[in-house]
Amino acid sequence: MNRSLKWGPMMKSKINIVIIDYGIGNVKSVSNAISYLGYNRLNISSQEQIIKKADVLILPGVGAFDEAIRNLKSRNLEIILNEQVLLKKKPILGICVGMQMFVTNSEENGIHNGLNWIKGNVKKLKLLANFSIPHVGWNNVIYKSATTIFNRNSDESNFYFDHSYHVECDVKNIVAYCNYGIKITAAIQQENIFGVQFHPEKSHISGLKMFRGFLNSI
Amino acid sequence: MLKKRVAANIVVKDGLVVQSVKFKKYLPVGKPKIAIEFLNLWGIDEIILTDISASKKKLTPNFDIVHEISSKCFVPLTVGGGITNTEHIKKLMHCGADKISINQIAIFHPEFITKAAGIFGNQCIVVSIDAIKENNKYFVFDYINKKQIKISPAELAKQSELAGAGELLINSVDRDGTYLGYDIELINSVCEVVKIPVICCGGAKNANDFIEVFCKTNVSAASAANFFHFTEHSVITTKANIIKKHNIRIETHATYYENNFNEDLRLLKSEDHKLEEMLFVKIEKEII
Repeated sequence: MNRSLKWGPMMKSKINIVIIDYGIGNVKSVSNAISYLGYNRLNISSQEQIIKKADVLILPGVGAFDEAIRNLKSRNLEIILNEQVLLKKKPILGICVGMQMFVTNSEENGIHNGLNWIKGNVKKLKLLANFSIPHVGWNNVIYKSATTIFNRNSDESNFYFDHSYHVECDVKNIVAYCNYGIKITAAIQQENIFGVQFHPEKSHISGLKMFRGFLNSI
Repeated sequence: MLKKRVAANIVVKDGLVVQSVKFKKYLPVGKPKIAIEFLNLWGIDEIILTDISASKKKLTPNFDIVHEISSKCFVPLTVGGGITNTEHIKKLMHCGADKISINQIAIFHPEFITKAAGIFGNQCIVVSIDAIKENNKYFVFDYINKKQIKISPAELAKQSELAGAGELLINSVDRDGTYLGYDIELINSVCEVVKIPVICCGGAKNANDFIEVFCKTNVSAASAANFFHFTEHSVITTKANIIKKHNIRIETHATYYENNFNEDLRLLKSEDHKLEEMLFVKIEKEII
């Protein structure tokens, strides 16, 4: 396997990155990955004044949808994020259940409304026989060409997935998918809103490259 | 397509990584931080860190170790040992754990699995089952009291799945540290009764054992606790041999695709002319 060595492009190290802390998710893992890449203007917060000053936002997520959306709303973050993302058009990256919250609703533990930024639904994975659930492990992601967030990744890199529910939405918003007997949405996008079902902070070099691709593109 | 995972079990006793033999003998290896760093560099798919002294000494999980190592770990980290309540889980995840594993409490209080899964999501909850064989039957092994419990690993696995576990880790006490290969019969007995992913551990000597277990069982991941510590690039050389038979992830710069191995799958010296060519190859550090 020949690997062509790349020089990192001029890194925008002065961008202000805020990882949204809403009591859910592995904020430390995400912050480790971002720090490793050299970004030192990094905050983990749920405070409005800090989020307002961010150039880019990251919404991590682990766990059940209903718990996540409840935690987000109880910290008044739905209102703050609606303003920053929909009005101010700040780039935001949602990870796993963070991404799932961007769509209309989810059927996990009952029907719960999401932020409805991207039309779509979160549904339980309907897998073929002999396919275990959750979908856990390394799977190769197939992306549409000219997708900015994956432009540092080689073709069909492996990323780490760990989920039982997935996003179904319009094909125009799907920028990457993976195969698990069925096609599973791996990444979505609508203008400044990006979401990935896998965990880039846990996907070793592929994940770090994806973070770099995303942060360079903003 | 989803790849089979090659994972590492890091067994920690009193703050040190140890080699484990049949759950009785423990030999020191070194600092957890160093082990994690090397495993990451060598492209391990997943790391399971188990503190075997916590429950025994009735201590809480070792949060400091997790905090220290998580900054060096860019692959999923499952942490187990000493978890008795959901506050422990919350704190561990805050320190950088991605999943947690429970053993004692899953045997005696399966309702805890349901409670934890409800809060953190079932994909975070790994139930770790230690199995021992007696009179040709498998039983769950209680490592604290050092005795078997009157329930089979398959039964406990099924019970844990129903309670909400997201993954299962099956450890063979008999094979632990013996290098006799995975206990295929034991692993199949569990895989056959559950739909959730199963990780197996105990007995791996080299890549051939991984190849065998991926061929003969439906495990999602195979893990080794001891042999990854013995040689440089152990994970990479192991994967270079596994990939000849199974689709797994290899994303390290070094691949060993063009190297030869002996029957024990130890790396053989390359031919002299190849080594001479390599003297003049400049390896640039990859910048992300």
